[in-house]
Amino acid sequence: MSIQDRVIAIIAEQAVLEPSDVTMDSTLEDLGIDSLGLVESIFAIEEEFDISIPFNANDPSSGDFDISNVAAIVGGIQSLMAEKA
Amino acid sequence: MKRVVITGAGTINALGHDVPQTLEAMREGRCGIGPLEFRDVDRLAIKIGGQVRDFETEGRFNRQQMTLYDRFTQFTLCAAEEAIAQSGLEFHGDLAARSGVVLGTAGGGVSTWDDNYRSVYEDGKNRVHPFVVPKLMNNAAASHVSMQYNLKGPTFTVSTACASSNHAMAQAFAMVRSGMAPAMITGGSESMLCFGGVKAWEGLRVMSKDACRPFSLGRNGMVQGEGAGVFVFEEYERARARGAEILCEVIGFAMSSDAADIVMPSKQGAARAMAGALADAGVNRDSVGYINAHGTGTAANDKTECAAVADVFGPHADRLMISSTKSMHGHLIGGTGAVELLACIMALRDGVIAPTIGYEEPDPECALDVVPNEAREADVSVCLSNAFAFGGLNAVLALRRI
Repeated sequence: MSIQDRVIAIIAEQAVLEPSDVTMDSTLEDLGIDSLGLVESIFAIEEEFDISIPFNANDPSSGDFDISNVAAIVGGIQSLMAEKA
Repeated sequence: MKRVVITGAGTINALGHDVPQTLEAMREGRCGIGPLEFRDVDRLAIKIGGQVRDFETEGRFNRQQMTLYDRFTQFTLCAAEEAIAQSGLEFHGDLAARSGVVLGTAGGGVSTWDDNYRSVYEDGKNRVHPFVVPKLMNNAAASHVSMQYNLKGPTFTVSTACASSNHAMAQAFAMVRSGMAPAMITGGSESMLCFGGVKAWEGLRVMSKDACRPFSLGRNGMVQGEGAGVFVFEEYERARARGAEILCEVIGFAMSSDAADIVMPSKQGAARAMAGALADAGVNRDSVGYINAHGTGTAANDKTECAAVADVFGPHADRLMISSTKSMHGHLIGGTGAVELLACIMALRDGVIAPTIGYEEPDPECALDVVPNEAREADVSVCLSNAFAFGGLNAVLALRRI
């Protein structure tokens, strides 16, 4: 699976949706993922890719990691994976 | 001052997954203690306990709930569901705004601590699930009950080791009696039966390797249990007006501190709590027919408790019955007083006294009627429930038939 598919699978599981229902322009709010769900998704993504995501739940919009929609999250993970490699 | 009655009871423990199963086991003098089953049990010296068996979370809690509910919270929610359903109460408006939850637990989410310490120390992982803290915190169970049933009044957790539940129920009683709350959900739970939980207790060297035999000569220590007991305490006139089934009345309590030793019990501290509960309830000591003992099965507790009963009750000590149901369900630590309150309800409502099982031989230092091995029918109108904790913290409740 590509990075994109793996991230979407995690987000879909959190949202209790089918991966096909998660589009790249969906926001977490659209998907019904609240702040606790977001923290849990970040944890699941870190576990899946063995990376550390610079995300602070006190102020999710601060920092370098963009969570404005699924495409932004996937892009962020792709860059972190590139840095790791 | 308002009168306070119990209009709902719920439990899950080694004797049963609800109140009827538990009371049946107590009537039959059945033992719920057996071999412990969990990871690394072979590395323990103590391999027995009163474990809750055949507990299925599948279908009861969804995936999201399971990430947030430690086993002690799961037990609490099961018991709360039974108690609140029996009471028939639904919490809306003013009733919801003023009713709350006071629960006892000594350790809270012990297995959550255990699992995650194992993960970071033994498995060398550097990341834990984000809900570790909300899952293990001691107030998690009380908070989830408040969320599930819309209880918006005073809600908190009391942690006084083996007296946690009795302190919690005493607090809930005081709130309803004073008029502060029309109803309170109260009791407690504990789930320490995991490797780290039992290992810690092993260190004290007060645990029995074979059985809990309170008051019996040759007893060799306590046996841990797990589970929860939850009750609905409600203002009497309110309960009567709505035609609720009343299980019994709570008539008084007292709390005392030994101010002496962190683990050794004190006769004076225990006696002051029992005498205080009788005074608070305004009943004569001769009216007490049954005491649900703290009765841990340790040498120190049982003889101290019997001496305290003899001091408080004088000649009547030889006429009343006192039993320890820990011999059947084990010591639920912070949840123990709550499960043991069921034996008081059975005595008052059904006229059946739960036995002290595993009793082999009389101990001259525990020369009271401990209802050995077999339940007994008796007409009891007032009873006490004792809890004496490590730290020297004592809480005794007084109850009456209604």
